[in-house]
Amino acid sequence: MSLEKSGYRGFLLTVLNEAGVDIGDVIRVENPNYTYEGTLIPRSEFGSEDCIVIKLRSGYNIGVKVTRQTKITKLRSGEKPAFIPPPQPEAKPGLRRVAVISTGGTIASRVDYRTGGVRPALSASDLYSVVPELSDLAVIEADILFSILSENMTPQHWKKIAVATAKKIEEGVAGVVIPHGTDTMAYTAAALSFAFKNLPVPVILVGSQRSSDRPSSDAATNLLGAVKAAAYAPFAEVAVAMHESTSDDSILIHRGTKVRKCHTSARYAFKSINSPPLARVKNGKVTMLIEDYRRRSPRESFEVYPEFEDRVALLKFYPGLNPEVIDFYVDKGYLGLILEGTGLGHVSARCFPSVKRAIESGLIVAMTSQCIWGRVNMNVYDTGRDLLRLGVIPLEDMLPETALVKLMWVLGQTRDPKEAKQLLLQNMAYEFSDRTLMED
Amino acid sequence: MKFDYKKLGLKVGLEVHQQLDTRHKLFCACKPELFRGEPEIRFVRRLRPTQSELGQVDEAALFEFRKGLTILYEADRDTSCLVEMDEEPPHELNREAVETSLTVALMLDAKPVDEIHVMRKIVIDGSNTTGFQRTCVVALGGELEVEGKKIPIQHIGLEEDAARKTGQRANQVTYRLDRLGIPLIEVTTGPVISSPEEARKVALAIGRILRATGKVKRGIGTVRQDLNISLARGALIEIKGVQELETVEKAVEYEVQRQVNLLKIREELERRGVREEDLAIEPVDVTEVFENTKCKVISKALSRGGKVLALKLKGFNGLLGRELAPNLRFGTELADIARFWGGVGGIFHTDEMPGYGVTEAEIDGLRSKLDCTPEDAVVFVADSREKAEEALKAVAARAREALKGVPEETRVATPEGTSRYMRPRPGAARMYPETDVPPIRVTEDLIERLRKALPEKPEALLQRLMAEYGLNQKLSRQLMDSEYLDLFERIVKEVKVSPTLVAVTLTETLRSLKRDGLDVASIRDDKLTEVFKLVGSGVTAKESIPEILAWLSKNPDKSALDAVKALNLERLPEEELRRIVDEAIEDSLQLIKERGLGAFGPLMGRVMSKVRGRADAKTVSAMIKERIHEIQSKPDPR
Repeated sequence: MSLEKSGYRGFLLTVLNEAGVDIGDVIRVENPNYTYEGTLIPRSEFGSEDCIVIKLRSGYNIGVKVTRQTKITKLRSGEKPAFIPPPQPEAKPGLRRVAVISTGGTIASRVDYRTGGVRPALSASDLYSVVPELSDLAVIEADILFSILSENMTPQHWKKIAVATAKKIEEGVAGVVIPHGTDTMAYTAAALSFAFKNLPVPVILVGSQRSSDRPSSDAATNLLGAVKAAAYAPFAEVAVAMHESTSDDSILIHRGTKVRKCHTSARYAFKSINSPPLARVKNGKVTMLIEDYRRRSPRESFEVYPEFEDRVALLKFYPGLNPEVIDFYVDKGYLGLILEGTGLGHVSARCFPSVKRAIESGLIVAMTSQCIWGRVNMNVYDTGRDLLRLGVIPLEDMLPETALVKLMWVLGQTRDPKEAKQLLLQNMAYEFSDRTLMED
Repeated sequence: MKFDYKKLGLKVGLEVHQQLDTRHKLFCACKPELFRGEPEIRFVRRLRPTQSELGQVDEAALFEFRKGLTILYEADRDTSCLVEMDEEPPHELNREAVETSLTVALMLDAKPVDEIHVMRKIVIDGSNTTGFQRTCVVALGGELEVEGKKIPIQHIGLEEDAARKTGQRANQVTYRLDRLGIPLIEVTTGPVISSPEEARKVALAIGRILRATGKVKRGIGTVRQDLNISLARGALIEIKGVQELETVEKAVEYEVQRQVNLLKIREELERRGVREEDLAIEPVDVTEVFENTKCKVISKALSRGGKVLALKLKGFNGLLGRELAPNLRFGTELADIARFWGGVGGIFHTDEMPGYGVTEAEIDGLRSKLDCTPEDAVVFVADSREKAEEALKAVAARAREALKGVPEETRVATPEGTSRYMRPRPGAARMYPETDVPPIRVTEDLIERLRKALPEKPEALLQRLMAEYGLNQKLSRQLMDSEYLDLFERIVKEVKVSPTLVAVTLTETLRSLKRDGLDVASIRDDKLTEVFKLVGSGVTAKESIPEILAWLSKNPDKSALDAVKALNLERLPEEELRRIVDEAIEDSLQLIKERGLGAFGPLMGRVMSKVRGRADAKTVSAMIKERIHEIQSKPDPR
C-alpha cells in the first residue's frame, strides 16, 4: 500500500513524504518529550487529523501526535509479507463439481497482520486454505466476478451474475454458490429467481454477518452449508444460505423470493417471510422443509432472461407523505411503482389523485404491505377498494423488495401494460403463496 | 528450600490485572456483574483459527480446532446483550474506564499515548466469543518506587475481561458470558524483580495505587496477577491467574523450585548417559498384557474398545516420581501434557507401580514387552487408540525436553501457589486493529483535568486516615490495603458511628469471617452501610455485627434488617432490659449483700449472656451498677 492510498492527508501526508517513509517501514517518531519506534500503519478512518499510527514491537497500535517539531526517521524498510498458499488438496474422486462465483462481501477474506487490512481470498486455493473442509464436500471451481459491497449492487450487476451463473450451469456443475454481501443479498436472490427459467440445479447465495478474518466468523459454516446444498440438495431453486440461530450448528436455506434481512448485525438476520424455509443443513445433512419445490431437472430446457428495467421505484407510505413524491416518479419517466402501504395495503386518500395520474400515465402501480408479515387485502376497507378502482394491483403476500425486483424484471421483458400486469401476477418462483401459516 | 536467587539469576516481571468498578462494561451498556442461578440463554459456537498473511496459524489453536472442540455459552439478559454474544459490533470505548486507567497512568508517572487504538488479540480457547480479546495501550514507560528500588512500569493497558469457564467435557467447553467485557486495567512491570518477597511487595504497591482510584472491584477473581519468571539456566515461564497477594510470593518460590529440580533431573539424565536418540518416539500397543487386568480404569477403557499404549523412557526410572514442587511430580507434568494434547484422563507410570489395581506381574510383562532395563521407566495410557497415541507422543516430546532442561510454556496458577501446565507459549501476540471501535484522542486538556483530580498517593493517604478519623497506624494500613477504603469513607460520612468500629469491621471482622469460610465478598456495599446505620441508630448493638455479616453472606438477597430480625438481635426496649437486669438482681441479692460491687462481674456475665447483641454492654453495666448501689444504700428491712 502506498502512502497516497493509506488515508493520510494534508499536513500528515506532507510530513511523511518529506521524511521519505512508507507504510510498513519501521520508523522513529521523536516529539519534544518522548520518542516511539514502530511500524507505520495506514490511518484509521476515524483517526485524528494530527496523529500517525504506528505498531509497537508488542503488537499494539498507538496514535502519535505530529507537529512541526516532530522528527520522523526511517529505521528500516518493512518486510513485504509473502503469502504462501498451502498446496491445493487433491480432488477427491467421486465428488460433485460446485461453482463458486464471488461477488464481494467479506465472506472469504484474509487479514494482513502487518497493517490490519482485510483482503479478499477468493481463488479456489484461497477458499480451501480458509475452509479446508470444503475439499471433502465438492470439487470447487472458483471465479471472482467482482468484488463490491452489496450496497453498491445495481440491476446491471444482477444481469452479470445471472449470465455468469448460467454459463457455469451450462458447463454442467452440480450447483452454484454465490458469495455476496448481506445487505442486498435478498434483492439479488429475488432477481436471479426471476431471471432463470427451468433452473436445473440449486443456485445458492451465501454471506456472512461476521467477516471471515475473525475466528468467530459465520462465513465458513455458511459456506459449507451452501456448498453442501448446492452439490447434493434435491431442489433446483435460487436460495440464500445463512445461520438459523446464534449457534453454529444449523444453516437454513431460504427461498430467494421469500427471504429478507431482518437484523442489522446478528448471524440469524435472514428470515423466510410468509413461508417456511426451503431446507436445513445440519450435521452435514440436507433436510427439505417444504414439499412443494422445484426438483433438479435436465439442463435442456434451461433459459435465462437477465434483463431488468431500473425505472421502477419502491415507495414506503408514511403519515403525511406528500403526494408530489409520486408525481416526481411519473414526471421522471418511471414505468412502475411498488407501494409499501400500511396494514392490509393502504395509502392516504390524499394520494389518490397522484396515484390516479400515475396509472393514467401508463405506470404499473402495485401494492405490498410494510407490515412485512401477512397478506394485503384491499377489499376490506373503503381505502383499499378505492385504490383497486384506481387500478392499483394488490400483490398478495409478496415481499415489497421482491415485488420491486419482480416489476423491474417484468418491465425488462415487456413494455405492454397488459402483458406486464399478467406477468406480475403470475406465480413464477414461489413469490406468491396460497396459504399463510402461523409463524413458529 | 532456601535459594540464592541472585546466583540463580531470578528475574520476575509482573502483570497485574484488576477489574474496574465502572457503571457499565467496556464496550456495551451491560452491568459489569456476575449472575447466579440458571442461564436464560444457551448457544453453541466454534472458533476457527484465522490465517495470517504468512499462512501461519497458532499451533495450539489449530490443534484445538482440529479436535472439533465446540463451545457452549451461557448468559442471562441482565449481564449480557448482543455485544457479548458477538452478534452486534462493540459500542465506543467506555470513557469512565479510559479516565480511570489514565489516572492510574499518571499516578505511576507513565506517559499517556496521544491516541488510544483498540486492538484484537487472537484467543481461540472460547473465552472470548469473538475469538479475540479487545485490548489497548493507554500509557507507556512509568515508574514505581518500592522500598528504595525503582521498578519500571512498561505498559498500562485497558482490556475486556474474558468469559468465565464453568465446565469442560471431552469435546465441549462451557463459558458464562457475564464476565466478558468487564473492564480490566493491566499494569506490567519490567522483569527486574529479583526475589519472591519483592514480587509480593511490588504487587502490593501496584494494588495500592489501583485501589487509591476508588474505582476498582473487590473480591475473589477481581484481581489476577500473571508472573513472567525466568532463571539464568532455566526458561521464561508465564504463570497465569494468581489471585491472592499472599500467593504471589509462593508462586515465584515454587516456580524457582520447579525449575531447579528440572535442572537436577537433566543433570541426572546426563549422568545416566541418556541421549535424545535413545528415547522412543512411537508408542507400543501393550493391550495383551492387560487382558485380564483388575485395574478398573484400564478394564473400562478396554471394554469400550480402547487400547493400552505404552512408551519406554530410557533411563528415567525413579525420575517420574520425583517432586518438583509441593504436590507436583515430574509425572504430574507428563500427565498434564498428555491431557492437553491427547485429551486423555491421565497416565500411568512405573514409578507409581504397583498400584491402581495394576499388579507386579503386569508390570513385569510390560517391562519385558518393551525390553526394559531396571533403569528405564514406562508411561502407559488406556484410551481410544488415537487419543492414547497423541497423548504418548506429547509425553515423548516432553521427555526429550527434559534432556535440555526447562521448556518454555504457559502455566496456570493453583490456589496453593504451585502451577500446572496450561499450553505452549503462544507465538508473537497476533494482533490487529479493532476497526469497529474509533480511536480516542487523549488531549492535553483531558490529561490536565485528570492530573488536577489525582487521588492521594498511598503515604499521604495513610497520614490522612490517622489524622482525620483517629485510626491507629496499624488499622489505617490494614484499611488502605483492604478493598474497602472507599466504602469506609462513604460510611463514616453518611452514618454517625465510630470510625474505628467501621474500620475494624471492614478489615479484621471481615477477614476472620472469610477465614471461617464465609463468602463475605458477596455482601454488597449498600448492605454493609445498612448494618452500620442499624448500629448507629440503636436498632441493634455493635456486638451483633459479626453475626449479622455471617448471616448476610449466606443470604445475599436479604437486607441487614432481615438479618437482625432473623437472628433476634433487635435492641431490647429499655423496660425489657431493666426487667432482665432486675430479675438477675433479685436472684443474686445474697451475693450482692456479701460482696457488694464484687458481685458485678458474675451479674454482668449472666445478663450479657441473655442479651448479647440486643443491648450494648455499656448500658447493661450502668444499670447493674446503679441497682447494686441502690441495694447497698437501702437499709435492711429486717
